[in-house]
Amino acid sequence: MTGQQKPPLLVIGVGNRFRGDDAAGLLVVSLLRDMGLDSSLIIEHSGEGAALMETWKGADAVIMIDAVSSGGAPGTIHRLDPIRNPLPAQMFHGSTHAFSLPDAIEMARALDELPPRLLVFGIEGRNFQAGDEVSPELNKALPEVAKLVLKTMEALRAGTGNGD
Amino acid sequence: MKSRTIKVDYLARVEGEGALFVKIKGDKLLDVKLKIFEPPRFFEAFLRGRNYSEAPDITARICGICPIAYQMSAVHAMEDAFGVRVEGPLRDLRRMVYCGEWIESHALHVYMLHAPDFLGFPDAIQLAKEHPEVVQRGLQLKKAGNEIVTLLGGREIHPINVRVGGFYRVPTRNELAPLAERMKWARDAALETVKWVSQFPFPEFEQDYVFVSLSHPDEYPFNEGRLVSNRGLDISVHDYDDNFVEEHVAHSNALHSVLKSGTPYFVGPLARYNLNFDRLSPIAQEAARSAGLGPQCRNPFQSIIVRSVEILQACDEALHLIEHYQPPDKPSVPIHPHAARGYACTEAPRGTLYHRYRIDESGTIREAKIVPPTSQNQKTIEKDLWQFIPKHFQDSQNDLRWQCEQAIRNYDPCISCATHFLKLDLERE
Repeated sequence: MTGQQKPPLLVIGVGNRFRGDDAAGLLVVSLLRDMGLDSSLIIEHSGEGAALMETWKGADAVIMIDAVSSGGAPGTIHRLDPIRNPLPAQMFHGSTHAFSLPDAIEMARALDELPPRLLVFGIEGRNFQAGDEVSPELNKALPEVAKLVLKTMEALRAGTGNGD
Repeated sequence: MKSRTIKVDYLARVEGEGALFVKIKGDKLLDVKLKIFEPPRFFEAFLRGRNYSEAPDITARICGICPIAYQMSAVHAMEDAFGVRVEGPLRDLRRMVYCGEWIESHALHVYMLHAPDFLGFPDAIQLAKEHPEVVQRGLQLKKAGNEIVTLLGGREIHPINVRVGGFYRVPTRNELAPLAERMKWARDAALETVKWVSQFPFPEFEQDYVFVSLSHPDEYPFNEGRLVSNRGLDISVHDYDDNFVEEHVAHSNALHSVLKSGTPYFVGPLARYNLNFDRLSPIAQEAARSAGLGPQCRNPFQSIIVRSVEILQACDEALHLIEHYQPPDKPSVPIHPHAARGYACTEAPRGTLYHRYRIDESGTIREAKIVPPTSQNQKTIEKDLWQFIPKHFQDSQNDLRWQCEQAIRNYDPCISCATHFLKLDLERE
């Protein structure tokens, strides 16, 4: 709540466990937890835009993981830098709500509330209906995304750029 | 005759997703179809075989915007089944957490989704560029609602502290105290909101609706009351299935809910307002009057004013409940499950949310039925569009599309309760 100190680096997994591949972000952060990442840096989030803006407020660097749907092969990993380029809104239509992750980023930009460093890992999904199973292709990509997140965190901490 | 077709990937700024198909030939409207798919069907199946105590947390997952509504309908239906009444401070805490959800959900819709329509902005981001202070007020108001839900619900998204019989843990007076200051600010911000939206330009569009909502003798409705209409309906929620039917619609996976007579009806803020105006708090009634509304409002575009009045109502009530809170002795009352049926309606931000369960002697759910507000409003939304679109035949395709979107947004359809994403096909022959 208000007044609490945010860790300088946050990892936010976005998704809905009941909608198949939409769970991707949550599955990656749960892998990261298993790999020993400090739980206080990890946030699981539904992706509702206004709440997201509140979540990353005060953080110096933020890494987000979400499922995307842009017609690519399921399991494809997209690494996006929304500080440089707005996210392609269509890509994130798998999110449950229309005031979504890309909207939240653009709203924060308009209000000058973007974290100084922000990276988004999008994982291409296939099944987004309520009750769907996670697709095997997406499942296979999750450990790779987790490794990329850890590598990016190292780079961000070392101040050697954003892990590009 | 010139033929044009417009396809839009999805209808922006409706919570969740759905699809609308409109067909126009010359100056004749040939077809309007609103398509909605329904995850509640999935959840109804998912609930079967689960313990009764799991219903609030499972159904909370149906909607990221109104989880409290799902939890409240679930716990009340279970308590109805087992003959338990939750009173006193526990009942007050339930009203308080529902206030939080109304504030959150309504502020999001008013500021982020609906207001840009009236001010000629394509979205709230453009509105924020021109009027950052206004958008900040909306975001802070939403946050004030979040804070109530977070404190009482245990966490912000998918709250976990609500249980059949009460809560897992109740707050101390000291824990609630900081919320009182927030609510005082929020109540002022809500008053400003009512003033702000009352100045928007509204199209002339009054319809003769059948409004349906809960009604309680002494309270603006949240968790309890009889189901009433402006046409004389006055029933116990136990009789819901005898009075409303869900029709299969060929063009939609969804069921359209109608009165047994086949008449569509209208649930949500406008219905609640028209049926319960005299139970709004004095400050909310006065704000509505100052905004130019009487006790009746039949223009769905003005639902943005009514929604703002309900934010004010919720802030005022939450403040009152916080200031008068005395912690209960126990965080919940005991439950003794047995074979039974339970029914409940509560007022979600978007309207009446019906849950019905059949439980066996071991407390296992054997059957669940959930009717979300949006599926009840679908037929009324279609009916509005049949009336509304012919008034805009002369508009450009883009303008007409926007008008349709706005007319749908009047209902704040939480299509995430019911579908994937809204595609809009506007076809002119």
